Amino acid sequence: MNVVTPFEGIGASVRRKEDFRFLQGRGAYTDDFNRQGQLHAWILRSPHAHARIKAVDTKAAAAMPGVVAVFTGADMARDNIGGLPCGWQIHNKDGSPMAEPPHPVLAIDKVRHVGDPVAVAIAATREQARDAAEAILVDYDVLPAAATMDAALKPGAAPIHDGVAGNLCYDWHIGDKAVVDAAFASAAKVVSLDLVNNRLIPNAMEPRAALGEFDRTTGDYTLTTTSQNPHVIRLLMGANVLHIPESKLRVVAPDVGGGFGSKIYHYAEEAIVTWSAGKLARPVKWTADRSESFMSDAHGRDHVSHAELALDAEGKILGLRVSTLANMGAYLSTFAPCVPTYLYATLLAGVYTTPVIYCEVKAVFTNTVPVDAYRGAGRPEATFLLERLMDVAAQETGIDRVDLRRRNFIPTDAFPYQTPVALQYDSGNYHATLDEALKTSDWAGFEARRAESAKRGKLRGIGISTYLEACGIAPSAVVGSLGARAGLYEVGTIRVHPTGSVTVLTGAHSHGQGHETTFAQLVADKLGVPTAQVDIVHGDTAKVPFGMGTYGSRSLAVGGSAMMKAMDKIIAKGKRIAAHLMEASVDDIEFDRGTFRVAGTDKTKALVDISVAAYVPHNYPIEELEPGLEETAFYDPKNFTYPGGCHIAEVEIDPETGKVSMVNFTAVDDVGRVINPMIVEGQVQGGIAQGIGQALLETCVYDASGQLLSGSMMDYTMPRADDLAPVSVATHTTLCTHNPLGVKGCGEVGAIGSPPAVINAVVDALRDYGVRTLDMPATPAKIWQIINGGRRMAAE
Amino acid sequence: MPQVTLTVNGQTHTAEVEGRTLLVELLRETLRLTGTHVGCDTSQCGACVVHINGESVKSCTTLAVMANGANVTTIEGLAKPDGTLHPMQEAFREYHALQCGFCTPGMVMSAIDLVQKNPQGLTEQQIREGLEGNLCRCTGYHNIVKAIAAAADVMHGKRSEIARAAE
Repeated sequence: MNVVTPFEGIGASVRRKEDFRFLQGRGAYTDDFNRQGQLHAWILRSPHAHARIKAVDTKAAAAMPGVVAVFTGADMARDNIGGLPCGWQIHNKDGSPMAEPPHPVLAIDKVRHVGDPVAVAIAATREQARDAAEAILVDYDVLPAAATMDAALKPGAAPIHDGVAGNLCYDWHIGDKAVVDAAFASAAKVVSLDLVNNRLIPNAMEPRAALGEFDRTTGDYTLTTTSQNPHVIRLLMGANVLHIPESKLRVVAPDVGGGFGSKIYHYAEEAIVTWSAGKLARPVKWTADRSESFMSDAHGRDHVSHAELALDAEGKILGLRVSTLANMGAYLSTFAPCVPTYLYATLLAGVYTTPVIYCEVKAVFTNTVPVDAYRGAGRPEATFLLERLMDVAAQETGIDRVDLRRRNFIPTDAFPYQTPVALQYDSGNYHATLDEALKTSDWAGFEARRAESAKRGKLRGIGISTYLEACGIAPSAVVGSLGARAGLYEVGTIRVHPTGSVTVLTGAHSHGQGHETTFAQLVADKLGVPTAQVDIVHGDTAKVPFGMGTYGSRSLAVGGSAMMKAMDKIIAKGKRIAAHLMEASVDDIEFDRGTFRVAGTDKTKALVDISVAAYVPHNYPIEELEPGLEETAFYDPKNFTYPGGCHIAEVEIDPETGKVSMVNFTAVDDVGRVINPMIVEGQVQGGIAQGIGQALLETCVYDASGQLLSGSMMDYTMPRADDLAPVSVATHTTLCTHNPLGVKGCGEVGAIGSPPAVINAVVDALRDYGVRTLDMPATPAKIWQIINGGRRMAAE
Repeated sequence: MPQVTLTVNGQTHTAEVEGRTLLVELLRETLRLTGTHVGCDTSQCGACVVHINGESVKSCTTLAVMANGANVTTIEGLAKPDGTLHPMQEAFREYHALQCGFCTPGMVMSAIDLVQKNPQGLTEQQIREGLEGNLCRCTGYHNIVKAIAAAADVMHGKRSEIARAAE
């Protein structure tokens, strides 16, 4: 019988293994777990943006039905519970370290943003806990709040933290200012632009949740939590907050319903339920309702920048000078300080040969929710700045915007390319992605479409963004020298079982990315084991040796590379076993997708023959080789990876309402080698939806007193199906040169490349109205005002 | 406390609930049917959609007592006992219409109702508008729209299977 096995290796759009459980309601998300004797926690949060806590009275709450305990910051302090740690230290221009004020798990003395946790009520049911939390009496002395960076930096502003002068976290820079100033002095043309990168609220569909357990027999703690990186949580919470050794603390991140960065960080609630579970010797569960998510999940972006570009008479860029204010919120979230520095300013060369760059960044504390990495993290902010600046430069020099970009592209033969802002790009072909996107979007035919729209009374515009990002995070020594307090390698274990099925243990974590399928394809491709016989285990510190988790589009580039290294070890050991079984020299054994062969002969052994021999070592080189077939590899990347490409947005504006409709969106991305084209396309489509959301719909709004006005899904505009149009997604591959798979990462490119393409298109559509720039989101109200307030420069 | 009796996925249950207990709480906490999710608190996201007497309903905005005597279908009740997926489930898998899976149960339940109410067929724009009550943060909706169109063809007998042509 001739059995045709569908190809499942690298390059196949294998349908996802994980979908069966998700489609039948069998996913296991944190809130789905319930334990014997479980209690429920409800967190009382500050209603004020900034206030001194004069007294907390928990007596009435503690007496409520079903209530087991009510804890405050003072209770935690009595147990010597530490503050939430920050994982990255930035240094100021003068070399001194950034201000790093304490971040108590439950507020002590002061609250610093609306939603700051003040106390926790723990009861038999969630409703009882909620009722009890509402009965806690807190006496606040309300202080003046700084809801914006301007307010926080104003002389005489109320200090948010003791000992942090001027509410300034750090004042950092990169580049040689004198050299850049000289380049500007010699420029034929200087273009400047003020930009706001609007603050976003991530809103993964699964609200955060945490379940703490304590085993009275062993003294072991288990935390089940909505995390992108359980080992990191174990390290941070165990070492810094609760002082529990790793050997006594298990962190499980089961199915997680989206993250986009917001589930990287160690949050107060994780420490609260774990500590409470120990104190009460009962499981304690907390699940956020969406309102809590809005005021406690780390927000994203929130930059205010002034950028200047120096050009020569031919439109070649001579230098770039940028000054940015970055909002940190009220406390430093886990990775917050690195986002507006090493994930932002180092990206300011983009795809261009800009010879000199200077960027200074002031990070500011405000009375708002902490801000940290959100899909793209720093790179969307850099890309928006550069690609808006390029369009304004094109407009003001009279050079065609595509031509201006081409004149400044890093040439295809210039790799490896050293930028003036630390990064060295390994590969890319920006002309190729641009050419393909221009063709797919029918850029040349746009004016006819604009005319057709005009006949219908609509304003049509087209916009382009040629972007680059850095991901595959990250070489440990490099990030260590830049202030990271962790290594950023990844860990993979390949366990070939006696009968030939394979378990992969990975430190990466899947919360929508389809790792259970993509990683199984790596094994199918390399070891020849069908994906149905490959299981991917992730998200459990008790099972997976170690790991740094999933963010920065690192799972495949770093985690996948670790698996490839571990499989190399499996093959090397397998060859020695095969040589023994076939009485040949190890040097003569070849391996290809599941078969060991004595070179030049028809003598073969299947992988399963080797695994059986390894676990039943009757005929086995036992003197020189240990039994078993399991290998672990730690992979530390040699460099970041550098995906890039071209996004083209086409919009149509209804001048009557100001509403922008997405008409077409074309993305051509170089994400390196593609393992599963279907999954890559889905990742890019999702990223673009978030980018369009930032450009047209989403923004976080605080009032002057620090109240969160966009605090629900009725107030914060999440993109819905009818806000978006089909997107054309294609890839153009140049291989990453320094990892074994040649992959670059696809998780964030959509959110990085798309916002400036959309805004450039909107500005293009409004060209007759004298619009030079426009802050995101380009809402109907904003555009209607431009149309009705602006001069109509054309025909009239 | 009030008592409710309802049929869920073909099985009859009787439970005592508080007056304020929501249908989704009864399903998730009492009946342990955790496939139905809660993604918001303002009836905006649709992760909690189930069918009550064949109509899609947000179970986070329905009191448990309102479902007394009703016939409820949740995501767990869609596939046949032999494991055969409903065409909508099959289409979601085939068209990669889900990523993290959290919105998926509500999305699938809404989509089935949308298709059933429109036997004449649906345009892409109608599908997009029909998903007004469901949020997805991962996919950008494009593949969800394609999956629903494909499932509609199968549910209305216009084609026999969901499978896409091989790439």
